[in-house]
Parts: sequence; C-alpha cells; structure tokens
Amino acid sequence: MIEGVSIYEILTLTTTVFFIGVYGFVTRKNLMAMLISIELILNSAAINFVVVNKYLFPAKMDGDIFSIFIIAIAAGETALALAIIINLYRLIMSVKTKDLETMKH
Amino acid sequence: MDLSYTVLILIIPLFVFLLLGLFFRRIKAPLSGYIGVAGLTVTSLISFFVAFEYFFKIGMVDGAYQKIVAFKFVWLHFTSTMSISIGVMLDPLSAVMLIVVPLVSWMVHIYSLGYMKGDRGFTRFYAFLSLFTFSMLGLVLASNLFEIYIFWELVGVSSYSLIGFYYEKPSAVLAAKKAFIVTRFADLGFLIGLLILSYYAKTFDFVNLTSLTFIHNLSGIGTTFIGLSVITWALILIFVGGAGKSAMFPLHIWLPDAMEGPTPVSALIHAATMVVAGVFLVARLFPLYYFIEGGIALDVVTVVGTFTILFAAIIAITQHDIKRVLAFSTISQIGYMMLALGISKYEGPEGLGYMAAMFHLFTHAMFKALLFLGAGSIIHSVHSNYMQDMGGLRKYMPITHITFLIAALAISGIPPFAGFFSKDAILAAAFEHHKVVWFTGWFVAGLTAFYMFRLYFRIFWWNDPKYEHTPHESPKSMTIPLMVLAFMAAFSGFIPFSHFVSPDYVPFSEHMEWGLAGASVGIGLVGIILAWILYKKENDLSTRFALAFGLFYKWAYHKFYIDELYMFVTKEIIFKHISAPFAWFDRHVVDGTMNGIGNSTVWISEKIKGLQSGRVQDYAMYFVSGATVISMILWFLIK
Repeated sequence: MIEGVSIYEILTLTTTVFFIGVYGFVTRKNLMAMLISIELILNSAAINFVVVNKYLFPAKMDGDIFSIFIIAIAAGETALALAIIINLYRLIMSVKTKDLETMKH
Repeated sequence: MDLSYTVLILIIPLFVFLLLGLFFRRIKAPLSGYIGVAGLTVTSLISFFVAFEYFFKIGMVDGAYQKIVAFKFVWLHFTSTMSISIGVMLDPLSAVMLIVVPLVSWMVHIYSLGYMKGDRGFTRFYAFLSLFTFSMLGLVLASNLFEIYIFWELVGVSSYSLIGFYYEKPSAVLAAKKAFIVTRFADLGFLIGLLILSYYAKTFDFVNLTSLTFIHNLSGIGTTFIGLSVITWALILIFVGGAGKSAMFPLHIWLPDAMEGPTPVSALIHAATMVVAGVFLVARLFPLYYFIEGGIALDVVTVVGTFTILFAAIIAITQHDIKRVLAFSTISQIGYMMLALGISKYEGPEGLGYMAAMFHLFTHAMFKALLFLGAGSIIHSVHSNYMQDMGGLRKYMPITHITFLIAALAISGIPPFAGFFSKDAILAAAFEHHKVVWFTGWFVAGLTAFYMFRLYFRIFWWNDPKYEHTPHESPKSMTIPLMVLAFMAAFSGFIPFSHFVSPDYVPFSEHMEWGLAGASVGIGLVGIILAWILYKKENDLSTRFALAFGLFYKWAYHKFYIDELYMFVTKEIIFKHISAPFAWFDRHVVDGTMNGIGNSTVWISEKIKGLQSGRVQDYAMYFVSGATVISMILWFLIK
C-alpha cells in the first residue's frame, strides 16, 4: 500500500506499460527491441500481481510469489533469447526481423 | 458317356490365339500360319466327330433329338436359383454349326497361307482368326443366354480387329469403327431383351427357356407395354441384336464397309459364320418366338427379312466393287434365312421354314465363302476390287473360274447345286404361309441370279482389258480350299436336312414341291440369261439399261442413301440438337460447378495466404487485434 496512490492509478500505469510492450513487440524491426518489449509486458504483469495482492488481499503472499516466478522466468527467457539472437547474428550478421523470413520458404 | 472332351473345341483355338497373340514377335511368318492351321485342323476334326456322334449315335432318344449339356461349369453363383454357368450344349442346331464353322474356318486358314503371304501382320492375322474361331464356336455351343451374349460380344471384337486389320488405311479404321458401333448399338437391344427375359423367366438356360411347359407358364405373365406383352418386347429386342449382327435392314450399313478387311476375313466372318449369328439366335429361341403371344415377334422377323432380301438384292445389282456386290448378296441371303424362320411353324413337317433356314445357312456358308475366296483369288491376281478392271479372266484362272461358276449357280438356285434345295425349301414354306412373302422371295431369286451372273460374266468374260501384269492362277494353298468348298457347294444340297434339324427336334420327311421349284428355277434362268445378254461381250447395253431406270438406278447405286440418312440423323439431329446441348450443359454447368468450387478456393486462398506471413510480429498483431475485438464484444455483452 502506498499512501495517496490508489489501485486505479497503478493499474493504469501497468496497462499503459503492457500496451507499450505490445506495441513495441508488433512494430519493432529489431530483435533486441522486441525482447525489451517482451520484458515490458512481463514487468507490467508482475506489477499487476503485486498490486492486486497488496491492495485487495493484504494478508496473502500469492501475488508476490507469482511476481518472483515471473521475474525468474523472464530472466531465463531473456538469457535464452539473447543466446539465440547472438547465434543468429553470428550466422547472418543481422538481428533485423526482415532478414529472418527465410524459414517460411 | 462322358462328353466333356467337347470343351476342347473351344480350348484349342483359344490356346492358339494366346500363343500367337502373346508371342507374335517371336513366331515368324510361315510358322504362325502352320500353327494356326494345325490348331484348326484338330479343332475341326473333333468338331466333325462330335457332330457325327451326336447325329448318329447319342442325339436321338425316342425318335427326337435331345439337348445334351456336355459340359457345365458354374461361373457366377448369385443365389440358389440364379447362377450363370459356362457350358457346352449339343443339339441339332449346334451340331450343324459344328460342321459349318470349323469347316469354313479351316478352309479360310489354309487359304490365308497363300493370300496373306508376305503380309507384315501375318501372325497377328492368324491370332485374330483363332480368336474369332474360338468365339464363334463358343457362341454356337453356348448353353445359356448369358454365355451366348459373352461370345456374341467376343465375335464382335474379333470382327472389329479383323476389319481394321490394315490399320494404316483410314478407310479400314472407319469401317471397323462403324461395324463395331452399329453392332454394339444393336447388342444393346439384345442385352436389354436378355435382361427382361431372364427377369421374368428366372433362368438363362436354353434347356429351360425352350421347353414347352416353361413357355406356357411364361405366356401367363400379364405385364404389358404398348399393347404387347413384355416377353414379346424382350424377344423383339433380342431380334434387334440379331439383326445388327446379321446386317438386317436398317442395321445393315456396316457390312458393305466391313469389306475393307482382308478377303479371307470377309469370307469367314462377313459371309459364312458371324453374320448368321442372328439367324442362329432366333433359331435358338424359336419356341419362345413361336409360342409367346401367337408369334408377333416372329412376324417382325418375317417382315424385316422379306424387306431386306429385296432391298439388298436391288443394291447388289448396281455395285461395281465385287466384294460389295457379294456383301449385299450376303445381306439378301441372310434375309432369306430370317424370312424362313419367321414363317415357320412348330410341329412336324410344318416346321419346314425353320429347317429351310438352317439348311440355307449351311449351304449359303459354303457357296458364299467360296464366292468370297474366289473373289479374293481374283483380287490377289488383278490387284483391284473393281469389276471395271477385270474381264476375260477365265483364260488366266481356270480353277477360280470353275469354282466361282459352281458357287454362282448354287446361289442362283440352279439344280443340282446346293442353293437350289435350300432356297426351294424356303420358298415352299413361304408359299404355305403368305403369297406376298413367297412372291418377294421368288422375285429376289431372279434378282440374285442376275446380279451373281452379272458379276460372273463381267469378271470372267466381257473383254480382256489388257492387263499390265498378266493375271495368273493362285497358288495351291488357295485353290485347294476353293475346290473343297466347291465340292460342298455342289453337293451339300443332297443332305436330307429335315432328318436332322426341325423346330421340335423330331425328324420329318420333306416333299419336293416341283411346281414351285420349277418356278424358282425358271426365274433364276431368266436372270442368268439377262446377265448373259448384258455382260457376256463388251457392250453398252448395261449402261443404257441403267439409264432407262434413271433416278431409281441412281438411288440404288447410292444404296438408297441409307448411309447418308444415318449420317444426317446422327450428325445433324442427334449430335447437333441432343448431344451438343448435353455437351454444353456438361461443359458449362456440371464442369462449371466443379471448376467454380476449385477456382474460388484458389482465388480465396490467393487472397488470404498473405496472412500466413511467417513473421511472428504479424501473428502477434492478429492475436492482439483478435483479443481486443473479443474483449470489446465481451465487454459490451456483459455490460
């Protein structure tokens, strides 16, 4: 609970962050930028968990634990994604999405 | 007594066909001919033996000939009452055919050794001849309607392949197609008739179908169609099939064109054996034809036969291609057989017409095969089918000349040659039945004599047209069959046929009607004398004669425009006004629907395949927009 800040303001913030992430994921041409966008989406979700837990069910810890899980998974995912991106870069010297359309052929 | 060896009559030609047909590249020219002749010699000897055994030893029981099923093998077993078997049946009819078919086929096999010598398709020719012989023997020995139908189609196929034997020649191909289509069209009638008949009769077997108690039960069936009982219709339809094979008017158009085939084939298939299959079929089912509804179907046979003899004889007078003259003559003579069957009654001496039909079938096979083989011999040495290129051949080809003369006398009904006896029996039966039929038959006997001797004098007398290569007598392999057949044509009339063949299978004695015989010999002589005057020496009498007939001659020369009529009906009416709209419907509506389904699928997929771009971002975009839309809808709904 933060004094003077209601749940609505925080949820507005997380929703905004979420859609910024979605927008970034759909529009960015760069794999790194897409990865960052995914981080934004995950973070907004993690904040949501914490906030809802804190404001609505202060006696419980479930939301906090979920957010820790999300952070852990996000870390793993980022490591994996970075590994893929680096390998890809070594292969085709590019991290642009338009260079990665060869798989459909 | 075990008669199952009769099946060898069928197996040997089939085996020869398979041998020559499968290894036709390996087996070279003279050898294949010898194999064919050897196979057929064995077949013929067995056949003659069986016929002899049947007539003189085993056939007669209690004063009547029996139907003996010598071999039977159930082929398709549908239900306990419904099964189709393949078998061999012996009765006087098939026994007579067991003499006619192998004898003519045997002679033709030997003759072809000379005639087809050096032809590229020599082995193929013998293979098809064997196939034909197998099919024809199967047809005459068939023990049930279905079996006869199978062999009926088989002879059609072998006839097709032999007419189209010179397949490089477009006219031969056309003729083969024409023969096949016309006879196949007629066979459709046979098939439908067969199915109707067997539906009501519940059996295919000839032994049942021709037994009198069975026919009595069958005539109790009250189902009618346009005033006639269905059984009568079935019989008429079966006769349509027979008329197609036997080239009766108006289904005769294929036979003159079938002369495109090699001449021995014309002799075997289109003169002596296959074309009489229709006569054989009607004779086979004769009790049905006679007893069902007072023989209305039989009257149809009479009318068609009577018209055909006159019609074909008139055309035969005007033709110049010697094989075509003989073809029309064949049509006319088969008309005689049909007519004789049509006017025949059933019992005792009244079955004279039936006997006469089979007798004429027998003698006609001999002298017509002889005429064709003689014509082949002439064509072989003159290298032309047209009588304008011939003349004075009696000096060059004495054996052909004498045998041809015997055959011409036989067909003209001059005693003591074979045709006299059989034709006289037909005319005597016709006289009993109806005077108009008799008069037509009598008049056509004169026409027959005239066109035959027109042919004879024009070929062997007339004037020597200065041949480029002097014609020479044909080799022994060709003249010996001519002599054998000439012997048969001269003397087979003395066979007391009524002791062997009769509709109720009880032998009877025939009496010679001397008055009628005298009349028919008289008109035959008139015909011969007329031909003598017109064609013995080169002159222009015949042209003036033809001119006197004017338009009628022109019509007859163009075969009364029947071919053109068929062309008109098929091309202008059926193709243009029935087939073309159907084709349009098929192409635009049926195919259009199917193409529409296919094309629209292609079009739609063309349009939407961009959606599957393979870019994750696009998918995410669709996913997000979809989720947005759904959540908006839900939002509105819940609110």
